[in-house]
Amino acid sequence: MCRLAMKTASEPFSPFSVLQAMEAMQEGYDGSGLGLLLRGLKFADYKYNAADPILSGIAHTEAALARLDHLMDKAGFTLKYDHEYDVKKAMIEAQDRHKYVLRVYKKPAAWNKLSAEEVEHELMLTRLALRADGEANGNDLTAFSLWPDVVMIKEVGWPLDIGIALGLDSGRITSRICMAQGRQNTNYGINLYACHPFFIQGVATMTNGENTAFIPIKDWLSGRSYPGYIGYQSDSEVFAHILHYVTKQLKLPLETYKHVITPLKNEELAKHPQGDFLRGLRDACRRLIIDGPNAVIGTLPDETSMLVMDAKKMRPATVGGKPGEWAIASEMCGVDAMIPDRDRSKDFQPMREHTVIIPPDRQELQIWSQFDQLPIHQAA
Amino acid sequence: MVSVRSIANTPSSLTPNDLPWIIEHREDRCTLCGKCAAVCPVGTLKLAYMRKRMPQLVLSSSERGSAYKTFVGIRQSTEVNKRCIGCGSCAMVCPNEAIHPVQNGERDRFRFLNSPQGEPAKRGGRRNDPGASLLDRIIFDRISMLTDPALDAGRHEFSCNTLLGRVLPPEEYVRRKLAGEWIPPVREIFPFVIGSMSFGALSPNMWLGLLQGVAYCNEVLGIPVVMATGEGGCPPWVLRSPFLKYIILQIASGYFGWDEIIRAIPEMQCDPAAIEIKYGQGAKPGDGGLLMWFKVSKLIARLRGVPEGVDLPSPPVHQTLYSIEESVMKMIQTMSMAWNFRVPVYPKISGSTSAKSVLNNLVRNPYAGALMIDGIDGGTGAAYNISMDATGHPIAANVRECYLDLCAQGKQNEIPIFAAGGVGKNGNVTQNGMALIMLGASGVHMGKFIMQSAAGCLGTESNRCNVCNIGLCPKGITSQNPKLYRRLDPDQVAQRVVETFMSIRTEIKKVMAPLGRSQSLPIGMSDALGIDDKDVAERLNIRYVC
Repeated sequence: MCRLAMKTASEPFSPFSVLQAMEAMQEGYDGSGLGLLLRGLKFADYKYNAADPILSGIAHTEAALARLDHLMDKAGFTLKYDHEYDVKKAMIEAQDRHKYVLRVYKKPAAWNKLSAEEVEHELMLTRLALRADGEANGNDLTAFSLWPDVVMIKEVGWPLDIGIALGLDSGRITSRICMAQGRQNTNYGINLYACHPFFIQGVATMTNGENTAFIPIKDWLSGRSYPGYIGYQSDSEVFAHILHYVTKQLKLPLETYKHVITPLKNEELAKHPQGDFLRGLRDACRRLIIDGPNAVIGTLPDETSMLVMDAKKMRPATVGGKPGEWAIASEMCGVDAMIPDRDRSKDFQPMREHTVIIPPDRQELQIWSQFDQLPIHQAA
Repeated sequence: MVSVRSIANTPSSLTPNDLPWIIEHREDRCTLCGKCAAVCPVGTLKLAYMRKRMPQLVLSSSERGSAYKTFVGIRQSTEVNKRCIGCGSCAMVCPNEAIHPVQNGERDRFRFLNSPQGEPAKRGGRRNDPGASLLDRIIFDRISMLTDPALDAGRHEFSCNTLLGRVLPPEEYVRRKLAGEWIPPVREIFPFVIGSMSFGALSPNMWLGLLQGVAYCNEVLGIPVVMATGEGGCPPWVLRSPFLKYIILQIASGYFGWDEIIRAIPEMQCDPAAIEIKYGQGAKPGDGGLLMWFKVSKLIARLRGVPEGVDLPSPPVHQTLYSIEESVMKMIQTMSMAWNFRVPVYPKISGSTSAKSVLNNLVRNPYAGALMIDGIDGGTGAAYNISMDATGHPIAANVRECYLDLCAQGKQNEIPIFAAGGVGKNGNVTQNGMALIMLGASGVHMGKFIMQSAAGCLGTESNRCNVCNIGLCPKGITSQNPKLYRRLDPDQVAQRVVETFMSIRTEIKKVMAPLGRSQSLPIGMSDALGIDDKDVAERLNIRYVC
């Protein structure tokens, strides 16, 4: 089982504090890897402009790094900052890690005339081109994300050890959101891309569970002919893509996500104020209904955080915190470790109908129920 | 040795040992009550007087050496048209267990002579392909409970229903809903459908029993079972009843019964579940339906708007069919319009390598509600043996190919594929159906299975009975003769329908639970399927297991 920890705070904090919280949850998990996503970044040795895209990945060889430079140059990106991790190589299990890439770029000048949506599309295509280049060269280049204000790290090994090995304890990087997950995808063959969190165009999710409806969902998403819907080395990747599909393609509010992945039953829809709309949506998005035990934690480009459960609430997850600082973890002790000085009586464990939303202002927790009215007018 | 000319011998002469079924009769137990001969649907049994020689040793020359005794016994006819069909009605009525048919272990010679008057062999029923079917051999091998908490088939809630009707792509759905435009009708139904068997092929009691059972499943048990009529219309009282919503009305090339249906539209209390346009069927692709004259009773004649006692052949093809594009356009839109676009309309075709062309036409027609493919193992009321045995396409690969084709276009949720043809032919109905569903079908139709399960049809894949075509069904399932169909109690049929669907529902859960599925029917969940045949696994794109 995976252990998940996510913290969101108005003031940037070190990702190492979240890795320490994962230690508290170490019982019962195999500690086979670390997946980390940081959002709302602050660098100690660089004044970062949050509009500049950041490339995260691993160049496994010198040649791969050279190709990466060439590809980014060719696309018109200008390197503004190249973060050198203080790598302690001896602590890393894998030997083929030439360079952990964290680079801030200036967008190509030619993109200035593009709309925001087009820029987002180009960023995704550039990331996919880097990924394809790595895959064509024996997986010697791994590109996790290319997006403003987002850094990702994925590595094999014990999470805290990886944190120390990459010098995350130094405080050189801090962020307002940190998503951490402590396992490689041991259900299938280990592949860095298969490690949570998953990322597409600023949308990221990580999941504790098993999505037994994976193949039909994957088949459907693959059929969209959308370039970003690829990968699927893990059954959980589809959660990120569904969230992307609902919010970015269908342009429906975040609350609709829950209605797509775990729709209400007929008798419940019959009483729902937008039952007619939701029933049709359930039919139209039928291939996106998830199954199996799952707790999905997600974050959006505007720094909104969210947590939803599967329709039978077969996985644990707790959210707790105080205005300005909130934590979500698969175990209660994880929340304790991240925010010890909170009012524990206000901790919340969502049930099957809930979507927990922490808006970007982080002042309060919104607990939205599927039985509530949706904030969309057409369904009324 | 005597000359062969002194024995009755023609090219068509047969002995009981040449027939597919041999009557085993124990004269020591027989009370000569005659019930077996009376009940035999094909009249193969003869209660006859026979003479037996009683040789005796006589020493006096004034007396004859032999005496003769006359006795009464049962004999089996060896005429082709009166051969024993193995139905076992004789065994059913015999008070003394003195008689029963036994399948001939030899390869019978009868098959070579089964074309009297130049008419090729015909039968009703099934394909007669005994042994485990391909569907029987597919297993569900992705057991999720080992890696994650198990579902409990008895305790958890399962959503096992499927959709029938055109489903819009999500973007289009949201757009139309926003703009208040037409959304195609979609029915949520139980994935196991009672396949098309016409009111005409089935007896009134069978039909009534099915409908009662279906209504009970829907209204009391909450299992949304639907049944299809087949060609030939629907009883007028059903058309005007609230039960019409459980019925898929079929229109086929003879258009039988549609006068009555169209006239009833203004008086309908509810819409039918769907309209099925039959272009072909699995048992006899390229052949139209045929209701034999002896099944055209007064009631049937009234429903179909024809005189009593005449053969009712449907043409092999719709008269309007110039091309599939044109036909789909004309018929689907006309039928949709008849109910003001509130009822899903879909074509039924026979399994074929050309199924994909039909499918691709449907994908481009915004009114097409589904595609129903009937594989070669499909049963029927009457067909030539050659059609039934050797014409068509097995359903598994046909459905799989069509589904993967839809996946490649990203349209697998938009046009549901329904599959039929041998579902449950060996009794494993849920296993067969779920295998097809995981290969990509949205649901399955079953005909023979429901006749066997709900009404005790005597047919088997070993060519037992299979005389649905001659109106002499010993159980009264496919007969219009009141003497026969009164044997079937509609209430008991209804009860068996309900028992059948309750059991299927439980078995669906028993398949879904270990796979970790409960929220939606696992359509296309091919990662859960395995088969012990490499070539089949490769063809179906599923896992080879051994």
